Amino acid sequence: MTTLAEKPARQDAPGGPARPTLRQRLSRWDVKFSPYVYIAPFFVVFGLTGLFPLLYTAYVSLFDWEIGDDDPSFVGLENFVTLFGDPQFWNAVVNTISIFLLSSVPQVIIAVLLAALLSLRLRFPAGWRVGVLLPYSASLVALGIIFANLFGPRYGLINATLETLGLDRVEWQANRFAGHLAIATMVNWRWTGYNALIVLAAMQALSRDVYEAAVVDGAGAVRRFFSITLPMLRPTLIFVVITSTIGGLQIFTEPKLFDAMPGSNNGGSQHQFQTLTLYLYKSAFEGFDLGYASAIAWVLFLLIVLIALANFLITRRIAATTGLKR
Amino acid sequence: MRHLHKGVSFAIGLAVLGASLTACGGGSSGSSGDGRIELSIGTFTEFGYEDLITEYERLHPNITITHHKTGEGGPYHQNLITKLAAGNGLEDVVAVEEGHFSDIIDKSSKFNDLTEIGPADVTADRWLDWKYEAGRDSDGRLIGYGTDIGPLAMCYRRDLLEAAGLPSDPEGVKSLFATWESYFAAGDAYVAGSGGGAWFDASSQLFNSMVNQLDIGYLDRDDNLTIESNPGIKAAWDRITGAIQRGQSATLVAFGNEWKTGFQQGSFATTVCPSWMLGVVEENAGPANAGKWAVTDAFPNGGGNWGGSYLTVPKQSAHPKEAAEFAAWLTAPEQQLKAFQARGNFPSQQQALTSPQLLEQTEPYFGDTKVGELYAEQARKVTRAQYKGPGDGQIQENVTMPALQSVEQGTSPGEAWQRVVDEAKRVVK
Repeated sequence: MTTLAEKPARQDAPGGPARPTLRQRLSRWDVKFSPYVYIAPFFVVFGLTGLFPLLYTAYVSLFDWEIGDDDPSFVGLENFVTLFGDPQFWNAVVNTISIFLLSSVPQVIIAVLLAALLSLRLRFPAGWRVGVLLPYSASLVALGIIFANLFGPRYGLINATLETLGLDRVEWQANRFAGHLAIATMVNWRWTGYNALIVLAAMQALSRDVYEAAVVDGAGAVRRFFSITLPMLRPTLIFVVITSTIGGLQIFTEPKLFDAMPGSNNGGSQHQFQTLTLYLYKSAFEGFDLGYASAIAWVLFLLIVLIALANFLITRRIAATTGLKR
Repeated sequence: MRHLHKGVSFAIGLAVLGASLTACGGGSSGSSGDGRIELSIGTFTEFGYEDLITEYERLHPNITITHHKTGEGGPYHQNLITKLAAGNGLEDVVAVEEGHFSDIIDKSSKFNDLTEIGPADVTADRWLDWKYEAGRDSDGRLIGYGTDIGPLAMCYRRDLLEAAGLPSDPEGVKSLFATWESYFAAGDAYVAGSGGGAWFDASSQLFNSMVNQLDIGYLDRDDNLTIESNPGIKAAWDRITGAIQRGQSATLVAFGNEWKTGFQQGSFATTVCPSWMLGVVEENAGPANAGKWAVTDAFPNGGGNWGGSYLTVPKQSAHPKEAAEFAAWLTAPEQQLKAFQARGNFPSQQQALTSPQLLEQTEPYFGDTKVGELYAEQARKVTRAQYKGPGDGQIQENVTMPALQSVEQGTSPGEAWQRVVDEAKRVVK
């Protein structure tokens, strides 16, 4: 009975290529375009706050553009020519790279070792992990002020300790290398724990099977670390190295607050620790020379791309070779 | 149902996109239709204007005032320059500090001439001559109404001077602080008498005071750099670097962390004391040193001024006339006296300087000295305002101050001077 009654009804169903209803069309557009619409806000915001300033900075760098200048004059690449002949710029480049090396290199090494320690069986694992992240949660400005006090040449705690130990005081402000070391210490204090946690997360995601196989083969803890952990951490290490490159080369707040006159953009009495971003900021907002500051910004951008690329290649190489070692 | 849901989510996606595009709009204040006028005023640190603004609104029911306060002077002035450049975003009345005034004088065409738009009864004789003069640009247009000033006096540690065998009562020390020669000679005596103690805190404080007393500063009226041709600057440099080399400097950087510690440790005997510095000294030296610091109405080679501000009306203001009227009212002697009582900003108005309220003011931390009278006296010793061309403040902060610091760190004065000349040229260009 029921089968007979259903048959004609089935034939009436709109199975053929009929005109799609509005609802169906909406549905198809939804599948096709929705993903783009959802991701669009990011690109719109990025375009406004990232890409546009980047390109506009390149445009401004071609002008002799004083802040408030109604009619800036086009000078072509003159700002770049002046920049490459500017000893203060090269001084800032050397300072930036020196501080970057003093901070990033120990930072990544210590972060990996810390992560290895944290991945051991510890009591209160969460407590330890939060502990290494604590410096990161402190306000950067507070940190800068505290460290500037610790490294104070006259009344600083570190010099006082050195003296009690019978060592010479260090001229943290006057001596160029000492200044770099002090600033790198601030950076390391803040970022090592953060990077350690990223590495730790990656470490814990590594497959246990490989380790078990290695243990069966008789590999010791050190061997396992160098032959398994490090190579398998490669993508994470590349990420950590590149982010610390980008951050390290743009270092600004730490040297700004470290100056004996906190907030100064001079980076010491003879620019001992004036970084590129400080010089950029000073050119733009104290010298009011936007064209020149834009040129510095672009050179800094290219420098970061270059060093990040080099780091990428080196990190890939290091992680790969340790893996191949037998 | 399901399809409808997807259609809705698609629409939401579009709406989000639209919102992110239009969110960049936004407007600013102005006047509303019913004849009410909205004015805004921008100040930094403490001007003591809060009650005055309420009072002005009460006196002028058709005016509403928005007060934008910024905590620190540095970022405030950077923001000012940026918005001046952008051509909008500034308040109708904008406070500018003396040290940054040279930078905006350079862009004086973006400000209204207050003699043109301001009330006619506000004339030069309201202020101390030099304060009024310094508010004008090189064409003589009045850019700012003076608010407060910072007349200079000398602060010294009574106990330390006494221990080093120097006179220490307010009258006795006046001979030490009569001229720069006598000041630095006393410094030598102090270093010897105290067994190597430092005479002053920070060399730049004294160097700046000496340069400020010259007829012509780093730039002449035509904005030419004088640093190589101005014998006064080089003489001041030689004098201060000589004193540094004879051990008179505590080698601290003014307003730095260690400078504050230096006050607590009593690591120097004298410091340059503009009127507003008394509070700074008290705060830094703390209760432990109460009664040890004294201030006297003497300053080497006469007087000087450091600090104080102006109220300006930028051309971008929609209500320049009303804004100028408001600024004129705020800078009247009666109002500045109230600001002085609220926040201790020393008034620059002739009439305010003779008011009993001001003259009676004492400072317990400094042994109940009548500081109001003392600074009013010091304010009258200032004879002229040195012209400050564009870049003046930068040379002071970014060229000579670090160079003096480098001498204290061991660079030879000759080499540091060469650096001063080179970098000053770069600043002025």
